[in-house]
Amino acid sequence: MKEKHTIIITVANKVGILARITGLLAQRGYNIESAIGAPTELSDIYKISLVINETDHHIEQVTKQLNKLIDTIKVVDISHKNNYIVREYIILKVKSNLKTRSGLFELIEIFKAKPLDVAQAHLIVELTGHVRKIDRFIELLKPFGIEEYVRSGEFAMTEYNGIK
Amino acid sequence: MNGAEILIDGLIREKVDTIFGYPGGVVIPIFDILYKTDKIKFLLTRHEQGAVHAADGYARATGKVGVSIVTSGPGATNAITGIATAKLDSIPIVVISGQVPSGNIGTDAFQETDMVGLTRTICKHNFLVQSVKELPNIINEAFHIARSGRPGPVTIDIPVDISMANLKDYKYPEKITLPGYKPVEKANPKQIKKLANAIKSSKKPLLYTGGGIVISQAHDELVKLAEKTNIPIVTTLMGLGSVSFDHPLFLGMPGMHGTIPANYAISECDLLIAIGARFDDRITGPRHSFVTQAKVAHIDIDPAEISKNINADIPIVGDAKDALLKLNESVIPREKNSWNDKVEKWLEKYKLHYNQPTDGEILPQYVIDRINEVADEELIVATDVGQHQMWTAQFYHHQKPRKLITSGGLGTMGFGLPAAMGAAYGSPDKTVVTISGDGSIQMNIQELATCAINRIPVKIIVLNNSFLGMVRQWQDMFWDKNYSGTCLKQTPDCSPQCSGPNENCTEIYYPDFVKVAEANGVTGFRVNKPSEVDKVLKKGFETNGPVLMEFIVKEEENVFPMVPAGKKNNEIIMEDIR
Repeated sequence: MKEKHTIIITVANKVGILARITGLLAQRGYNIESAIGAPTELSDIYKISLVINETDHHIEQVTKQLNKLIDTIKVVDISHKNNYIVREYIILKVKSNLKTRSGLFELIEIFKAKPLDVAQAHLIVELTGHVRKIDRFIELLKPFGIEEYVRSGEFAMTEYNGIK
Repeated sequence: MNGAEILIDGLIREKVDTIFGYPGGVVIPIFDILYKTDKIKFLLTRHEQGAVHAADGYARATGKVGVSIVTSGPGATNAITGIATAKLDSIPIVVISGQVPSGNIGTDAFQETDMVGLTRTICKHNFLVQSVKELPNIINEAFHIARSGRPGPVTIDIPVDISMANLKDYKYPEKITLPGYKPVEKANPKQIKKLANAIKSSKKPLLYTGGGIVISQAHDELVKLAEKTNIPIVTTLMGLGSVSFDHPLFLGMPGMHGTIPANYAISECDLLIAIGARFDDRITGPRHSFVTQAKVAHIDIDPAEISKNINADIPIVGDAKDALLKLNESVIPREKNSWNDKVEKWLEKYKLHYNQPTDGEILPQYVIDRINEVADEELIVATDVGQHQMWTAQFYHHQKPRKLITSGGLGTMGFGLPAAMGAAYGSPDKTVVTISGDGSIQMNIQELATCAINRIPVKIIVLNNSFLGMVRQWQDMFWDKNYSGTCLKQTPDCSPQCSGPNENCTEIYYPDFVKVAEANGVTGFRVNKPSEVDKVLKKGFETNGPVLMEFIVKEEENVFPMVPAGKKNNEIIMEDIR
């Protein structure tokens, strides 16, 4: 059964590394739902978060192939791990007018989202949270008329596990 | 020192003694340094594809890293097929390509192609040198990556300004720092124990081994295991020679054109021990129906191979030799049982055969069989791709590893002659023969001149059936004999809907291979009669320098046995029923 997997790849910060990773996935016939690559606190280390919708068997293949790349240091599929904090970020533009604005602000309040630009006919708002929270937020805003949104894709960090 | 000097110095330190290549604008600085060193021999091929195949053949025959230098743009793209060929068969080569000046990259400059982008999926790793400071490390890492773990091709793309840039304080690195690259070479003893137990409880075990045995030089350990446990062995095309053809436990090659005993054994075993083999579709047929009756143990140095095509019940990551040494220690001897009896009966009953009439057309299998008479066990045999390749796999007496040089994974026509040339250049003490067809040989025939002018004594066998035989065979068997685009004698006067040789066929064949050979300074012979085969083979092998021997063979001979595409290993067409 296909399901969404979030894979965190730690790689050497070499030129073209993102192309290597995405190229490998394309070559092996896997579709990427989202990909974020960004530098880390170590200048020679780069982290990439991928979301791939695939079966467990294929995900195992994906992680093996990713590990095989010379510049790959570590690959973790965090989907079934609970010691990770996973977040996603969204910026969303929704239609708004005098009648609907207060309803919108109620939702913004509940979700702890933040208005970025309030105009006569629309509203731009940002939200950070777990992917399920983001999905729900989008769902509830749909009746107001969503004009556009951009999602970051998932990214994650291990929890501190020093205390038992 | 400048970049070019650093490169050549690095190559010498990596013990490179031979480079195969072709110059061009952006590699002149490198060639200039090459000109001034006497530590590296340079062989100028006639095409970049030939250069990379030659480096590949050199690597396969000697076990060393083959090196090739080509220019940017068309030089680089011509090298692509050679690089992909080496990748699919895990052959260690380093291909150095020139690149336009750093500042011109991305401007569609003259002879610019994105070599790193082009080769990304067909090499083990690649580098674009961005500063002369990086060069020493890159050379060092390239060779380490090419030859370690599961070997493979590595490319280094060097912009011309970097070849000419100076580096003060040049020092060749002694240590490699690749935090993401640590091949697992030692097999896990616990897993080995599991396999030893599985062998103990198995009634019908089978060893299925591939090129990994050749690469890790584990052939003696493999035979030791087989003899200690009386387990029959099948080897893939890439593994031929790791067990001698006449070993009583050897059943031949499995798969599409494998032997009947090998395919039956795969279909009936209860434990399949795969070592350094990757369950290629030409072996397995449809994956869902492959060895469903057996437990699978898989030893491979590349973790990504394990359970990629066929699920492994006992996965073992590690070098084949290390795993076999450990396995030989922990496995207990196994007596022959009814499984061995059964296998021996198959061997007795299903021998590969052909019927060569004394008068009439020459059969291609006969020519290959007769090569056995002029061959010694040190003979290196390179092949091209097609029917002749399968007949060589079947009828040549493979005795030792690293003696069969063939493009297994990619199936590259045109591989044979340049690969044989590279093998011969790297092993001047050994005789090298290439077995080819009239289709394949024309794909890199320009290297005849390279052989002649450099006095590389390759013996070239061309089995001429005037067809692209393997495709014709499929058309014959599965496509209603619609010989579309496979007849090399087809003229504009022919019916486009031809189903094979008939009374209207022309006697003319182009090119005249003997004349082509002679025009290139290669001795040429043509053989039409079975009675002359032995005589010409003997003469050809005794003649100094390169020799081309063309055998006019039966046009519509097919390769059997055959497991048709999509069929199971025991659904074999045994022989021609026409």
